[in-house]
Amino acid sequence: MAKKLVAEQMVLTANRLADGRVIYLGADGWTIDLDEARIVRGAEEAEGAEEAGRKAVADRILVEPYLIEVVTVGGGVEPARLREKIRCAGPTTGHSRSAA
Amino acid sequence: MYRYDEFDAEFVNDRVAQFSDQVRRRIAGELTEEQFKPLRLMNGVYLQLHAYMLRIAIPYGTLSSTQMRKLAHIARTYDKGYGHFTTRQNLQFNWPSLEDIPAILQELAEVEMHAIQTSGNCIRNTTADHLAGASADEHADPRVYAEIIRQWSSLHPEFSFLPRKFKVAVTGASTDRAAIRAHDIGLEIRRGENRQIGFRIFVGGGLGRTPMLGKEIRDFVEERDLLAYLEAILRVYNRWGRRDNKYKARIKILVHERGIESIREEVEAEFAEIRGGALDLPQEERQRIARYFAPPPFEEGPIDAARLTEAMAKDPAFAVWVERNTHAHKQPGYTSVTISLKPIGGVPGDAKADQMDSVADIADRFAFGEIRVSHEQNLILPHVKKNDLPEIYAALAEAKLATGNRGLVTDIIACPGLDYCALANARSIPIAQRLSERFADIERQREIGDVSIKISGCINACGHHHVGHIGILGVDRKGEEFYQITLGGAPGEDASIGEIVGKGFSADEVVDAVETLVDTYIRLRTDPKESFLTAYRRLGEAPFRDALYGEASRAA
Ligand code: SF4
Repeated sequence: MAKKLVAEQMVLTANRLADGRVIYLGADGWTIDLDEARIVRGAEEAEGAEEAGRKAVADRILVEPYLIEVVTVGGGVEPARLREKIRCAGPTTGHSRSAA
Repeated sequence: MYRYDEFDAEFVNDRVAQFSDQVRRRIAGELTEEQFKPLRLMNGVYLQLHAYMLRIAIPYGTLSSTQMRKLAHIARTYDKGYGHFTTRQNLQFNWPSLEDIPAILQELAEVEMHAIQTSGNCIRNTTADHLAGASADEHADPRVYAEIIRQWSSLHPEFSFLPRKFKVAVTGASTDRAAIRAHDIGLEIRRGENRQIGFRIFVGGGLGRTPMLGKEIRDFVEERDLLAYLEAILRVYNRWGRRDNKYKARIKILVHERGIESIREEVEAEFAEIRGGALDLPQEERQRIARYFAPPPFEEGPIDAARLTEAMAKDPAFAVWVERNTHAHKQPGYTSVTISLKPIGGVPGDAKADQMDSVADIADRFAFGEIRVSHEQNLILPHVKKNDLPEIYAALAEAKLATGNRGLVTDIIACPGLDYCALANARSIPIAQRLSERFADIERQREIGDVSIKISGCINACGHHHVGHIGILGVDRKGEEFYQITLGGAPGEDASIGEIVGKGFSADEVVDAVETLVDTYIRLRTDPKESFLTAYRRLGEAPFRDALYGEASRAA
C-alpha cells in the first residue's frame, strides 16, 4: 500500500473482485454508494478500516483497498481529489457516462 | 486476407480454457490477487479506475466485417454498448466483469481474435500502415511482414520476459503512416537494385518519459534475413537492456546510452552467427503468407466522374468528406475511405455497438468486408469503388459516422486519461471534446488545414503527444489538472519530437491557448498552402511563445 494517508475525514475504497466496480467500506459491509460509506477519523479508525479491507481481500470481495480523503459538501461528503471524484461519479465524457 | 493457422486456433483455444480455469480459481479463492494479476495481464485484462478493461489485439489493424460484428456483439452483451479504438490499433472494452471475460475470450476465439501479448514485457501487437495493400504510394504490403513477425514473436520463449515491452511497426509506402520511428523497431520496406525486397531498420524509438526517434541501424536487410536480423537486435537488447530500472529499460535508453554504432556492431556480430540458420525466411513461406493478403477481386470499369462531381456540387458536406476522407488507391477506379471516429464533441476512438454493426454492413456491401483501424483512432475501408462514394457516404451519415475531418484540427488523438486510466494524472478526452467544439466550424477547419493535436493524460504518452504538431500532456500540479503544450512534433518520414513551448495551462486555459497557437499560425503563414508544421519549422517557437505568454517572457 502507498504511504499512509493522513486526513481529517477518510473513507476506505477498493474495486470489487467480480466486476471491478468501485466500492466503499460502509457502516456495515460494503457499498457502492459513497453516501453510505463509513467516515473514518484518526489513526485508530483508519487502522480498523484497513483491517476490514485486508479481511475483504482475503474473503475475495475486493482488490486493492486504500484510504481516500473526503470533505463535507452540503449534507454529505465527496472525495477531495479529482481521481476519486471520477471513480465515484464515473467518466466525465458524455456518451460514455450516460452509458455507464 | 490473413487467416489464423491451425497452430493459432489450437493455442488460442487452450489459452481460453486455461484462463477460464484461472478466473474460476481466483473467484473460488485458490489464487490470490498477487498470483492472479500477472495471469490476467497476460490475457489483456487490466484493472482501471471503474472496472476491468480488456484490450484486444487487432493484428496490424486489419479486421473483417465478421470480426467487427463480433466486437459489436460483445460491446452490447458484456459491456456498455461501446468500445474504444486505441493508438496501438487495439480495441479496449472499458466495463467487462471479470466473470464474463472467459466467455468474451471464447467469443473472440470464434472469430480468430484474442488478447494475448497486449500486456507484459513481450513483443506487442505489430502495427502497420492502415492503408496497407491499398495506397497508391505503396511498394510492398507491410502486413505480410507484420504477420511473419507476429508468428515469430508470438510466445517466443526467449523473448517473453524482455527487460520491458517491445513494439514493432512496419511501413511499405513512401509516406510513413505507421510512425515507425516512434517504435522500438521500425521497418521500412525498400526495393533494392534489382527491385528485390529489403528493409531499412530503425531501432530505439519510443515516446513515454524519454521520447526518442529511432535511429537507422541498417539501410538494407535482405528479405530472407529479416527474422535473423530482428532476433539479433532482440538478443542484444535482452542481454544488455536494464532490468534494474523500469524507466531505463526500453531499448531506446540502451541505444542512447551506448550509441547506435556500438549497438550496431553487436547486432551485426550476432546476426553473422545466426544468419541463414533456422530463422531463414524461405521464399515459399513468404509467398504462402503473402497469399493471405492477396488483393480482393477488383472490378475494372469506367469511373462515372460526372456523377461524383454532381453529387459533390449538390452536397457541400459530401464534397468536404470526399476531399478529406478519401485516399489515392493503387487500383484505378478505387479509393480508400477514412471513417472518422471524431465527431464534433465526441470521444476520440469510441464506437457504439450499432455503429460497429453499420461499419460491418457497409464493408460487406461496398468494401469486400475489409476494415482497418488506424493509430489515429479512425476506421478505414481500404478498398471501395469511387462510383460508390455517394452511397457509402449516405450509409455512414445514417450511422453518424460521416464526419469529414480526417487530418484536420478536430481529428484529435486522445488517450483514455483520467476518465478511465489508473495511471493518469489528468483527463484527456474532455480536453479533446472542448477543442473539437471550439473548432467545430468546418470552413474554419479547412482554412486552418492539416494540423494534428495529440493528447496524453500522463507521461506514458499513449496519446502520442510528443509527435503531435500540437501536443498536450496532462500533469498533476498540486492536485489540479495542468497541461503542458509541445509544438512541432511529427510521426512520419519527417519525424520530430515536439518541444515544450513554455509553462503549462490549467484545464480552463488550455483550449484558449491552443486557439491562440492556431491563430498565430494563420497570421504568420506565408500562404494557405504552408501547413502548421512547415510554418512552425520555418518560424521556430518564438512567435508562438510570444503569442501565448507575451513578449516579455522572452527576456526571462
Ligand atoms: S498516457 Fe497515461 S493516462 Fe493516457 S492511457 Fe496512457 S497511461 Fe493512461
